[in-house]
Amino acid sequence: MTAPRPATLAVLGSLLALLAAAASRRTLDAALADDGQWVRPAKDLAATRYSSLDQVTAANVKTLRLAWSFDLGVERGEEAAPLVVGDTMYVVTPFPNVLYAFDLTRPGTVRWKYEPTPATEAQGVACCDVVTRGAAYADGLVVFNTLDAHTVAVDARSGREQWKTRLGEIARGETMTMAPLIVGDKVLVGNSGGEMGVRGWLTALDLHSGRLAWRAYSTGPDRDVLIGPGFKPFYTFDQGRDLGVTSWPPEAWKIGGGTVWGWLSYDPELDLVYYGTANPGPWNAEQRPGDNKWTATIFARRPATGEAVWAYQVSPHDLYDYDGVNELVLLDLDLAGRRRKVAVRPDRNGYVYVLDRATGEVLSATPFGHVTTTKGVDLTSGRLTYVDAKKPELGKVVRGVCPAAPGAKDWQPSSWSPRTGLLYIPHQNLCMDVEGVEASYIAGTPYVGSATRMYAGPGGHRGLLTAWDPVNARAAWRITERFPVWSGTLATGGDVVFYGTMDRAFKAVHARTGEPLWRFETVSGIIGQPITYRGPDGRQYVAVLSGVGGWAGAIVSAGLDARDASAALGFAHAMRDLPGATPKGGRLYVFALP
Amino acid sequence: MRAAAVLGLLGALLVLTGCQREQRRFSEVAPASGRPDRLRASGFNPGDRQAPAEFRNPYERNAWAAAEGKRLYAAFNCIGCHANGGGGIGPPLMDPAWIYGGEPVEIYASIVEGRPNGMPAFGGRITDSQAWQLVTYVQSMSGLLRKDVRPSRSDHMSVRPSEQSGTSERRKPPQ
Ligand code: HEC
Repeated sequence: MTAPRPATLAVLGSLLALLAAAASRRTLDAALADDGQWVRPAKDLAATRYSSLDQVTAANVKTLRLAWSFDLGVERGEEAAPLVVGDTMYVVTPFPNVLYAFDLTRPGTVRWKYEPTPATEAQGVACCDVVTRGAAYADGLVVFNTLDAHTVAVDARSGREQWKTRLGEIARGETMTMAPLIVGDKVLVGNSGGEMGVRGWLTALDLHSGRLAWRAYSTGPDRDVLIGPGFKPFYTFDQGRDLGVTSWPPEAWKIGGGTVWGWLSYDPELDLVYYGTANPGPWNAEQRPGDNKWTATIFARRPATGEAVWAYQVSPHDLYDYDGVNELVLLDLDLAGRRRKVAVRPDRNGYVYVLDRATGEVLSATPFGHVTTTKGVDLTSGRLTYVDAKKPELGKVVRGVCPAAPGAKDWQPSSWSPRTGLLYIPHQNLCMDVEGVEASYIAGTPYVGSATRMYAGPGGHRGLLTAWDPVNARAAWRITERFPVWSGTLATGGDVVFYGTMDRAFKAVHARTGEPLWRFETVSGIIGQPITYRGPDGRQYVAVLSGVGGWAGAIVSAGLDARDASAALGFAHAMRDLPGATPKGGRLYVFALP
Repeated sequence: MRAAAVLGLLGALLVLTGCQREQRRFSEVAPASGRPDRLRASGFNPGDRQAPAEFRNPYERNAWAAAEGKRLYAAFNCIGCHANGGGGIGPPLMDPAWIYGGEPVEIYASIVEGRPNGMPAFGGRITDSQAWQLVTYVQSMSGLLRKDVRPSRSDHMSVRPSEQSGTSERRKPPQ
């Protein structure tokens, strides 16, 4: 008998490692399949924000009460969704982006805290408060973006940093505020800075090393946009070579925006990742004649290579800062007697789009808010039709522009209940007066060129929760709110919908009727994303962050002076009474039945 | 005799300050000695030390400089971060609260040297005269300048009360 040779040992070793990896993947898959958890902000890859948990019901939610809470120590806009993986909850704060891990077996206790210490200068290039929309979990790692344009992966057990990759330059106005989406071994992240003359991109990083796998720009030549022979846009106006260059004045695409700061979703069957790009820069549209591709566009891409499969420009040559970054909720619906794989998108421009997610065809586009800027979407050409009288001009004040720049709905994500067939859309009702001004590009400073002043739309209420029926393309019910509903919504198997208001109320309403069922006053206005989970004790919990801010709440979180109607790009004017309704704050709340 | 001399001097002073309001300065030569050598972020003086001599804005009484400052405020994108004084990314400049101080020298330092939480350093990009013109305009936003020096109404959509009506609870405008 001879001793095993080193080579044999090495083979044995790598076999063992493979087995261990497979085992960990299996437990992970089991973990991800458990509906009692919340491992990414949108809950599932289809971005439904629906949990089947049903201990809390429309009948008993009125007895819901505070289980525990925690002061996060950062009083800026708390837009993030908490995550729950196994017996741990993860919460990431606005700048300086502290990541907390809470031990759910001993409610309210911190297991560890990780501080990435982002560059303080980043705060100067964050257009709309220093927010983050949260982290994502996969394979033992918690991954999130820091305001100074880095992506970090932290070991979920120990809180130790595993890798940190710099993706953008704050000196050029790039920040990162979106929550990553993890698909297989790819972490998908995008940049913010559409008001700073940034060139937008979506980037894939390797989950385990943090190394850059691919980057798809939103503007520029086809090779930069990862448009190749497999690219098949549905409409003719989206077809042609290098449209990301030719639909702009010379060189303007290099500072043309199209950032990727919103939501992504993924269909494993079609193997397509869906997301949208933000507004073109500057806002002053006279400085950028052309369609300005691929800004305000929905893309479908292959996660492995980034290759674009189709694209649809929602708002060609955008005139109003209608970013195209809102969530795309992936559903299978019966439309006109046919089962269709669709993506539902309540867009900033005021229309709910139902798209065929295999091809990019628009099946319907129906207004869900008050719209004066456009007449609708031509379903033959696919183009949005603008109203001439509402086109902003240099040196001329155009009034009654609805929806205003934040759109009929901004980043705040909807939820979908398969039980009711309704999409719960949190949104706002704002109009604006706008005047074009000359914008000059100075790297790292705003590139906007527009004077705006916002105010409440018809009815006087500034916020709404609309329960939308995408099959019949109409609202089932609506709730009006005094301030924009800037929080996400959550739909549950107990037929309860949760959302928060900027005047400090966390609310539960009946998923079928909108009937108010329960409310709880928090320390500050709510603009976060509510979630629900099953705790280690087997009970259902509901969690949300309170802390007003974001673009809508900057008047409070950044202490703006609303005597100037143009403060916060004109948003402060519509929110003059918010300081009287809420102080700043930053607190995690967790609720349960008694 | 002495009384006459004093009167004469006073008269000359009046004429001088009166003219300064309308005086246009096209020279790019720094009107003062440029960057003050001691910038302070606090009014405390440990050990009873003397506070350094106050550094004055050479344009304090110059309405033309304030108007120039207003133009530069838009041209250098201050407006993108501070809006028309109400703030956005950067703090409001029309209110009486200051993070780094509302003395001319402190405003000058904020603009030229930048501030750590996101105020870019404009030193090197703008001339010293332009910096002081911006200081003059920033002072006018919160009513820190004499009323006749503040810029008049904007040509654009009116989004804020004119600088003419600005008041500051914290400091009285120089007499
Ligand atoms: C890219 C955004 C940005 C631009 C452009 C910008 N600022 Fe600022 N500014 C800030 C931020 C952010 C702060 C707060 C910095 C801090 O707290 O450390 C600030 C602070 C200041 C302050 C100090 C305020 C105080 O309360 O002490 C002054 C004065 C000021 N800026 C003037 C200007 C002027 C004048 C310009 C144009 C030449 C300008 N800023 C351009 C972002 C900007």
